[in-house]
Amino acid sequence: MLELRGVSKRFGGVVATDDVTLEVTRGEVHALIGPNGAGKTTLIGQIAGVLATESGRIIFNGADITRQPAHARVAAGLARSYQITSIFRRFSVLDNLALAVQARSGTSFHFWRPVLAERALFDQARAIAGEIGLSTRIDAVAATLAHGEQRALEVGLALATQPQLVLLDEPMAGMGPEDSQAMIALIAKMRERVTVLLVEHDMDAVFRLANRISVLVNGRVIATGAPAQIRADPEVRRAYLGEELAA
Amino acid sequence: MRAIAVFLLLAIFPLVMQAMDNLFYVSFASRVLIYAIAATSLNLVLGYGGMVSFGHAAFFGGGAFVVGILAVEGLRSAWIAWPIAIAVAALAALVIGALSLRTRGVYFIMITLAFAQMIYYIFVSLKSYGGDDGLQMPGRSTLGFGTLGNDLVWYYVVLCILAAVLYAMHRLVHSRFGRVIAAIRENEARAEAIGFPVYRYQLLCFVIAGGIGGLAGALIANQSSYVSPSLLHWIQSGTLMIMVILGGVGTLWGGVIGAAVLLGLEHLIADYRIAWLAKLAPNYQDHAGLAVGIVLLTIVMLAPEGISGFFGRRRHA
Repeated sequence: MLELRGVSKRFGGVVATDDVTLEVTRGEVHALIGPNGAGKTTLIGQIAGVLATESGRIIFNGADITRQPAHARVAAGLARSYQITSIFRRFSVLDNLALAVQARSGTSFHFWRPVLAERALFDQARAIAGEIGLSTRIDAVAATLAHGEQRALEVGLALATQPQLVLLDEPMAGMGPEDSQAMIALIAKMRERVTVLLVEHDMDAVFRLANRISVLVNGRVIATGAPAQIRADPEVRRAYLGEELAA
Repeated sequence: MRAIAVFLLLAIFPLVMQAMDNLFYVSFASRVLIYAIAATSLNLVLGYGGMVSFGHAAFFGGGAFVVGILAVEGLRSAWIAWPIAIAVAALAALVIGALSLRTRGVYFIMITLAFAQMIYYIFVSLKSYGGDDGLQMPGRSTLGFGTLGNDLVWYYVVLCILAAVLYAMHRLVHSRFGRVIAAIRENEARAEAIGFPVYRYQLLCFVIAGGIGGLAGALIANQSSYVSPSLLHWIQSGTLMIMVILGGVGTLWGGVIGAAVLLGLEHLIADYRIAWLAKLAPNYQDHAGLAVGIVLLTIVMLAPEGISGFFGRRRHA
């Protein structure tokens, strides 16, 4: 479904991603793990189209999207969530989600008809709110939500664009154990209809959710495989997992 | 409902003034309403779109010059000249916006300012159309029936146009397009990330505002049948911006309230001599700007969300 071929990115002299080759197949949860500064978020940015890719190619559903702008990639079915919560803070939960639904349902170059007359948008937004556990909070202004709720909305915005592949950048960042469990359940449920590329530091979550795991160290993929394989890989243990598992 | 009440009052106003034999205020009120249209158009980009354009005078003054030049050349029909003014202003907004919207923040402010100043200097040096002295028109535009030369008729024409502009704005900000514009103002990166081509939406918003600004310009040229290059000057952009901030950024009535308060203040200070103040500073009325500044400062300090914040309306999210 998604193929990265020799993708690289430099910031000045710093190599952020270095010749990354990776394949995400339809229907899987593919986890991307690695130490801080390994280039995970940079890679997500490149796939989403926010960061330019200087060399290498990104192929999505057979089409080369390397040079496509971010909004065109969403139209093709590729959505992302952010590590640092990025929502429409002064909009209500429902308006946040309805806006994301609107982005994928026909043109928005309509200037006269009130959005509120479009029942379908808000019905879909309510359905997403239910999925992410915010049914009772739809009228709350996003800025007033608790941290865990904001994280759920963050993922909900990506889901509301009806993607085929969703890039989740540390969905559990800063969450307590209870919220983390809810997020794991949410990802487990969404995998039934969406392919997931999951960047996450919570190893418990990664090993519970992932079908396959790729390990990124210093901008390079040092291993890709099933969770059991990755757990046993001596190079991965030395480079990354050792410290994490010991902790 | 409140809007209808306001427009009813505005509709009765000239009749009252006529009964009091005080037609000066009808003409003054037309001027306020025209500025209200201009400030409202700026509020669309500045308030709803979050684009701090410091060059709105380009569209306002541009529209005025289009109507002025056409009138001098013999084309005086409002049905033709005004749409041309709108189209030219919108086209200018398309060019200026297409280049300026590639920048952000202070750079956007400076680039829009620079474009507007370039246009100002072009018209100042156009000696055949008045240059520094401005352009005297042979009279107001013609409608084909009645005459716009009558100040009462003129007032009602302007009032109808303001009503239409406000209604269209109201529809626009609650439409799909309006929601996207508001979302981009709130969080541009996320708006792009959920699939909106941000640049196109911002540019179109800029063009619509430019077109309405051009319409206001067409009206201001007719107000006194005279087009001054000062309409294009950056001070004009600043004045419109002050009106928007004063009235309420991103509120439907912000431009109207701001125009009324600012122009009303200027008029009060210039026309009514306060005896005790005149004793202290005999020529204080020559420096109305200072007094206006102090009053503005006070209002903005007391009402950081603009005067419409006093009316308890929530900002449009």
